[in-house]
Amino acid sequence: MKNCEYQQIDPRALTVSPSSAQIHTVKKVQRLRRKWEVFPGKNRFLCDGRFILARQSGVLPLTLGLIIVTCCLFFAFDCPFLVEHLTVFIPVIGGMLFLFVTISLLRTSFTDPGILPRATPDEAADIEKQIDTSGSSTYRPPPRTKEILINQQVVKLKYCFTCKMFRPPRTSHCSLCDNCVERFDHHCPWVGNCVGKRNYRFFYSFIVSLSFLTSFIFGCVITHITLRKYSHSLSRSVCTILVICFFSIWSILGLSGFHTYLVASNLTTNEDIKGSWSSKRGTEDSGNPYSYNSIITNCCATLCGPMPPSLIDRRGFLPPDEAGPAASTSEIELPPFAAKNGTHMVG
Amino acid sequence: PAETFHNLQELRHSASLANKIFIQRDYSEGTTCKFQTKFPSELESRIEWTLFEDTVKTLNNYYAEAEKIGGQSYLEGCLACATAYLIFLCMETRYEKVLKKIAKYIQEQNEKIYAPRGLLITDPIERGMRVIEICIYEDRGSSGSSSGSSSVSGSTAR
Repeated sequence: MKNCEYQQIDPRALTVSPSSAQIHTVKKVQRLRRKWEVFPGKNRFLCDGRFILARQSGVLPLTLGLIIVTCCLFFAFDCPFLVEHLTVFIPVIGGMLFLFVTISLLRTSFTDPGILPRATPDEAADIEKQIDTSGSSTYRPPPRTKEILINQQVVKLKYCFTCKMFRPPRTSHCSLCDNCVERFDHHCPWVGNCVGKRNYRFFYSFIVSLSFLTSFIFGCVITHITLRKYSHSLSRSVCTILVICFFSIWSILGLSGFHTYLVASNLTTNEDIKGSWSSKRGTEDSGNPYSYNSIITNCCATLCGPMPPSLIDRRGFLPPDEAGPAASTSEIELPPFAAKNGTHMVG
Repeated sequence: PAETFHNLQELRHSASLANKIFIQRDYSEGTTCKFQTKFPSELESRIEWTLFEDTVKTLNNYYAEAEKIGGQSYLEGCLACATAYLIFLCMETRYEKVLKKIAKYIQEQNEKIYAPRGLLITDPIERGMRVIEICIYEDRGSSGSSSGSSSVSGSTAR
């Protein structure tokens, strides 16, 4: 039997002999379940674990709808006129931008943002042993922190009560998805997912290309109106496009600008909002310890860096249930006191 | 060695592991994946520290190679962006290739060095790249050392 999940015992050297095992002989014949079915976070899985989404998909349908409707109206009403009067490249560019925007959006929504699997019970117990529990009278122990040095700077790591581990630096617990996410940026309702280490580049591509798309459509519509020299009221489709574009341009352009700043300084939205690296203490050098101190390197590292793998192994198989109770949730069983992320704030 | 294997086999079925120790991550250089090379006291009687340190250092080197930002990773990133990231669906990334090498290396180390000493290393990827888990097996005769962690669950399931 190949123990897919843990590979602790080298299958070649140690073959399982069921003879002496009282438990192993009672092997229930059941469909092997995949790990995504017992995933403890608040996520939704599609296509048998291939795609991951937050449980509250937010307004992703609205985002998609707005983009598609605007583009359809654009292609239907403006393009014929503009192709005639300007160039045939208008719908071509529009089409390419639209495709890029849609693909980036879908990649952002359906990619694992960098979820950290929860600590196994053994690991959690090991960490507990190392924490000094001063017998406090309150049922809930005080928040636990650990200080470490990163590039000669002191950084505090917090203990996550839900995931039972000390969060690695730049990791934050998203209360909406109930997961710790690496390099947590923010939870984006428009996209219906957290934005973290693994999908930040998709998110950035999405907002930048969306800025281009909305500006392009806006520009084309204005050109259309100018060329046609509308003297009377504008047609409904043009109005719709204008309104949508006008409002989205400001917000999307602003967001793109903000994220460009974040990328250039190797910050996350989370850190920026909390002011983690702003010079609160005057004397200490409390700059960002993760920055490479060069805009180009920061950009390249964030956007063109290597793509880390997903850590949650959605499609792996669970080992068949042994006699252990709830052995299928091989992750956690929240002991009574472990509150539902008292840190429901991010970080 | 053969005798130890035999013991391991029997031990696995009849009792829980004696102990599990966890090598934590070393964040002194940032968020890149690196493990601490500090030699845990529980292993002192089991294995020479040079062998242990060698294993951890090699693993750290593999991870550094996977996460290196340089010419090849930029090329991969730009190509991916140009194809609207669809290329990730058909191509294996460099990181994944290195992970496969790591898995092989760990298996080889387990076979040659750790299993004969009653130890087993778990690939960090299976623990969310947070820890290197080392399982310590005791010989049947001797009493188990601190069994604080093994009381959590009949960990043979794992």
